[in-house]
Amino acid sequence: MAQVFKYLGAFIALALLPVAAMAAGAIEGGEKQPVNWPAITMFIIFVGGTLYITYWAAQRTKSAKDFYAAGGGITGFQNGLALAGDYMSAASFLGITGMVYLKGYDGLIFAIGFLVGWPIMLFLMSERLRNLGKFTFADVAAYRFKQTPIRVLAAFGGIAVVILYLIAQMVGAGKLIELLFGLDFNYAVLLVGALIIAYVTFGGMLATTWVQIIKAVLLLAGATFIAIMVMYYMDFSFETLFKTAVENRNGDMNILFSGGFVSDPVNAISLGIALMFGTAGLPHILMRFFTVPDAKEARKSVFFATGFIGYFYILAFIIGFGAVALVVGSEYFAGDKLVGGNNMAAIHLSHVVGGDFFLGFISAVAFATILAVVSGLTLAGASALSHDIYANVINKNATEAQETKVARISTLIIGALAIVFGIGFKDQNIAFVVALAFTIAASANFPVLIMSMFWSGMTTRGAVIGGWLGLISAVVMVVLGPVVWTQILQMGEAIVPYKFPALFTVAIAFVSIWFFSITDKSARAKEDKEGFEAQFIRSQTGIGAESASEH
Amino acid sequence: MDQEKIEKIKNLPEYQQLVKERSSLAWILSGAMLVVYYGFILLLAFNPEFFTTIVSGEHISIGFPLGVAIIIFAFLLTGYYVKKANADFDDLTAKIKKEVE
Repeated sequence: MAQVFKYLGAFIALALLPVAAMAAGAIEGGEKQPVNWPAITMFIIFVGGTLYITYWAAQRTKSAKDFYAAGGGITGFQNGLALAGDYMSAASFLGITGMVYLKGYDGLIFAIGFLVGWPIMLFLMSERLRNLGKFTFADVAAYRFKQTPIRVLAAFGGIAVVILYLIAQMVGAGKLIELLFGLDFNYAVLLVGALIIAYVTFGGMLATTWVQIIKAVLLLAGATFIAIMVMYYMDFSFETLFKTAVENRNGDMNILFSGGFVSDPVNAISLGIALMFGTAGLPHILMRFFTVPDAKEARKSVFFATGFIGYFYILAFIIGFGAVALVVGSEYFAGDKLVGGNNMAAIHLSHVVGGDFFLGFISAVAFATILAVVSGLTLAGASALSHDIYANVINKNATEAQETKVARISTLIIGALAIVFGIGFKDQNIAFVVALAFTIAASANFPVLIMSMFWSGMTTRGAVIGGWLGLISAVVMVVLGPVVWTQILQMGEAIVPYKFPALFTVAIAFVSIWFFSITDKSARAKEDKEGFEAQFIRSQTGIGAESASEH
Repeated sequence: MDQEKIEKIKNLPEYQQLVKERSSLAWILSGAMLVVYYGFILLLAFNPEFFTTIVSGEHISIGFPLGVAIIIFAFLLTGYYVKKANADFDDLTAKIKKEVE
């Protein structure tokens, strides 16, 4: 333990080094933002606190179960906060408020799409996942099938989603930190990378969960304060809020209505499917169902998560309109655009309603949000490598100690990849990566997972072919779509006219799973089908399920 | 789980009741969520004029209460499921476990 502590100390020093370097750089450089001392102070307090939690968690993280699933001892309420925290990323906080700021009502439509996957996940998946799974969603997907092909498929789908999501978070993080703290982009990405490697390698899921919980509470508190202040300025009247917003848009009433966001029904339904089923295929979200002791706590955690996320989106909506109504000073604008772009709407609003100190608080919370979400992603990616690929494919006789060691090495690999990709994609157009992550999650991970739990006729062959076709079609159709084909590759009109082609790729996956299962007459197919009954009973009752560890 | 235990659990009335009740509740509530959400999306796609209706004062359009109502509806559905599940499913599960273990 002493040795671990020594490493931690080195990490703290490493992590805080760029802050000092940045402070010096910001004095010299003319272009960057001025040094934001309240933000830096609060950020250092947050980092110190989370590193202490990591130290505390490291002493309790011994077995593989501790590392992957926090020993199975997280309560439903805590897990609800952590799930909500995973979902309320900086991209989601700044992105949805920015979208409401730009487009008004359409931002709310988007937020609703993000929320409605949660009840479905509760009704159809949460208890079954808890009863069947151990550490990763592949445990459930591969339960009664031939392990190697399904594990490889699930790990591939899981890691693809994690890496894409990581790229989006890291590039967003670097940009945000550059703007808020006046810190150089590369330093910012290195700082995030070093901290998350420290959290995950030493503290495993326990540290990752508590970092996420603390951040979720801070974010909810901060957003609540902004929303209350907005309503205070608006005499607690929505009429006044909307009226002032319309006046600031030169009387344009359109922000109150839908601006044709869903004018094309196929696009709208496809987006809905991507958001709804994609949520149920995100490995870092699914993994959290294995951190609670039983099915009862699993279902409670989704109830709390849905409540927190719904509340957060209502706040985000008030904040977005509040920004239209209240962010008016010339200091916030460069020309007729917001400084830092529309995604900075919530940040500027926090300055309007709470001054420099509160701006510092919200900036630190935004940074904390990035750290927490990237930690969760890194842990999910590392688990896919160590648990699914190493312990279930490469070395099936691996001891727990070997597996945990590989898990820590995998964390270093994923963390290093996050840093490399974050810096490598710095000036790239990354708008497509979130669409791609959600489309892959919905078309590869989700169909295999849900069919394995509900359909007795599914076979290994059906799952493998269907899953890979879903994954490949998702990649191909996103590449041929408007964002990559037209905007990035500049090849003219998109061949696939949908940003989220999930409607088609999810259908391809389900139909292929069905077709290649019913035509499968192999001996393995018989075994796969015979295994369903035992799996179904365990999924319903939890008999034979993983229990929480003793300490 | 061996075949004997599987047969035993399958024939328990508590098990049959659990599977039946949970499945029907889960599918009904999922259906309700899907109908409400996709109904909303289709309404937006095919009748955008509806969303220009002002319901209060001069600036509160129907879309706002409707959007917030969908969020609250989603939360209430999860609450209803958890309440039902805590009241019925856990008891049944405990009985099944007692029978076979």
